[in-house]
Amino acid sequence: MKKSKILALVLSLCMLVALAACGGSKTPTGSNSPAPSGSGSSDATGSVYWLNFKPESDEVLQNVAKMYTDKTGVPVKVVTAASGTYSQTLTAEMDKSAPPTLFNIGNMEGVKTWADYALDLTGTPIANELNTDAYNLYDENGKLCSIGYCYECYGIIVNVDLLQKAGHSVDEIKNFASLKAVAEDIHARAGELGFDAFTSCDMDSSSSWRFTGHMINLEYYYDQEGKAWTECPATIPGNYVDNFRNLYDLCVENSLVSRNELATGGHDAENEFKTGKAVFFVNGSWEYSAVSETVANTTMIPYYCGVAGEEKAGLNCGTENCWAINAKVSEADQKATMDFMVWCVTDPEASRMLVDTFGVMPYKNAVESTNGFLAAANEYAANGCYVMNWATNYQPNVDEYRAVFVSALNQYNADPTDANWEVVRTAIVDGWATQYKNVNG
Amino acid sequence: MKRKKHSRTSLQRTIGRWWPLFLGPVVLAFIIGFVWPFIQGIYLSFCQFKLISDAKFIGIGNYLKAFQDASFRHAFWFTALFAIVSLVLINVLAFMVAYLLTQGIKGSNLFRTVFFAPNLIGGIVLGYIWSMIFDGILSRFGTSILLNTKFGFWGLIILVCWQQIGYMMIIYIAGLQNVPGDMLEAAKIDGASKMQTLFKVTIPNVMPSITICTFLSLTNGFKLFDQNLALTAGQPITVLAGGSIKTTEMLALNIYNTFYNSASAAKGTAQAKAVIFFILVAALGLAQLAYTRKKEVQQ
Repeated sequence: MKKSKILALVLSLCMLVALAACGGSKTPTGSNSPAPSGSGSSDATGSVYWLNFKPESDEVLQNVAKMYTDKTGVPVKVVTAASGTYSQTLTAEMDKSAPPTLFNIGNMEGVKTWADYALDLTGTPIANELNTDAYNLYDENGKLCSIGYCYECYGIIVNVDLLQKAGHSVDEIKNFASLKAVAEDIHARAGELGFDAFTSCDMDSSSSWRFTGHMINLEYYYDQEGKAWTECPATIPGNYVDNFRNLYDLCVENSLVSRNELATGGHDAENEFKTGKAVFFVNGSWEYSAVSETVANTTMIPYYCGVAGEEKAGLNCGTENCWAINAKVSEADQKATMDFMVWCVTDPEASRMLVDTFGVMPYKNAVESTNGFLAAANEYAANGCYVMNWATNYQPNVDEYRAVFVSALNQYNADPTDANWEVVRTAIVDGWATQYKNVNG
Repeated sequence: MKRKKHSRTSLQRTIGRWWPLFLGPVVLAFIIGFVWPFIQGIYLSFCQFKLISDAKFIGIGNYLKAFQDASFRHAFWFTALFAIVSLVLINVLAFMVAYLLTQGIKGSNLFRTVFFAPNLIGGIVLGYIWSMIFDGILSRFGTSILLNTKFGFWGLIILVCWQQIGYMMIIYIAGLQNVPGDMLEAAKIDGASKMQTLFKVTIPNVMPSITICTFLSLTNGFKLFDQNLALTAGQPITVLAGGSIKTTEMLALNIYNTFYNSASAAKGTAQAKAVIFFILVAALGLAQLAYTRKKEVQQ
């Protein structure tokens, strides 16, 4: 009798322990909750929780956060969403009792979703540090929801030495016709030269965004007819879809991998470029540190696509890296977050680390950039070329829009006929209207 | 009377006193981990929300939207077809393999292990591996699994067969080993052929295994998500001016894609779809259980 009682007690204790262990995965929140209440001081000074959306910059941000905590004693937590899951992570984190104080609103779709949760940054210390308002995002009421903490550019990355080896030079490429001549010449002699014109153009999710998220910008950019969109248009004219086709076909047909092998991917374009297998690589300024490790002499040229006057085109500059402060956290946390942001863009050591990771920070007191591609972007601008703004940031219901776009391109790549190009055109132009309606009811 | 009372004091009374301690933690965990989220999920299907903490009740609008959604209807028929085909193929093949491996051939244990192994690999990994295998073959013919709905469908079927046959085989082997030897012997003495023994003696005796295996493969077929996401992610997409349909998108993936659609109303619609999905899978599963249970025999 007694024995069985003891046994029962032991067993149920075991269960309770096991149950507590089950709940153990939740201890981060569990251990967090006593922190604010336990230390009354942290309530006064607040703390920072940055939900970062770029896995590649996580390591640097963790170091910056630690540096700040060591200096000021203010706790800074940086959590990075896994690749491609930022919106899911943000949705889940915002619901928690300790939501992010600092998060990313990178495009107009983000503004639409998260404007209610964004503090108006107009006239705040961080806004006063900016040297341009080109990368700020406003909601329809003119509230400054998020401000860029860096900007980037994309275009066609060139291995200058290989280009010279093939008997050409960057100066020779002035427009689509000259780019085409060079690329086709290199592709034709690929066997003899030992390298090809373009790297592979995979259409799987790790690479398709280079085309459906970046290269397509030329279509939207020229569709704007010089008047940059300030909000997502319900429809787009699609007058330059054929120019997109020009450049897309050129890349795909003069590359290392033939077009019918692109759908499921499995090739590594960055590595192909780094190991000198191709002269041209469609990508952006964030590749600079990786590419310049092995390719000493590299630059970036604009998307030439056969539009009149494109000799004056520059690179595509913009950003999706925009800070927003959570309007629904305590004022102390908001202030702590603001102080942290200002420190990030003014402290020489911190801004050095961030600039080396992100490229350029558009702030008065941040350090200078060492990114060669952004230098190229500035050079184009200095020579009077027009900067192509990131109109792709307006893509409505972006994931769905691009998924349909990719599927259409796959169909076209399997059988590149004019009829199949019409499917791509439908995906680009009608797809825009469909998704706009889908989002805006 | 007294005796009865006495026997109750020894064990039953102890249980009577201590059961909350034994049952409590599990019930609590079940409520926290399942019952409460489930109820909240049903509530949210009647709401419009961005974050679940500020949901606004809107009535049955989400359900109307879900039923009007052409992609949801397409996903339903695609999933139903998939579930039926995979149910038949998995069970027939798993039973055949199990039958062969209980005939006492050499190396049975090795074969069992090998057939079971694919089940240990995660669905996402399997999806990517098989997409490479399929495209390795299809690219020779200038096409890809992402270009043709039929390829996508049969690709998924091959994938789940490869993954699940081994698992069902283990259950069937257990069932086959439980068929009483004397019954088989009696059949033999009575002069039953091999086929007659199989259909008249063996199969009726493994009916409990068939019940559980068909239940598992039917519900697995309906709930398939990661393999679908990794293998085709719904491609190819029929591109239409008024909208587009992901032709190989199954129900679970459709719900997921709806939820993370950026339209503010979409989360509620996805929630409504999820509730419809639950009712559907539960009803089908229970109907199938009731049907096959009837066929089970007493040993």
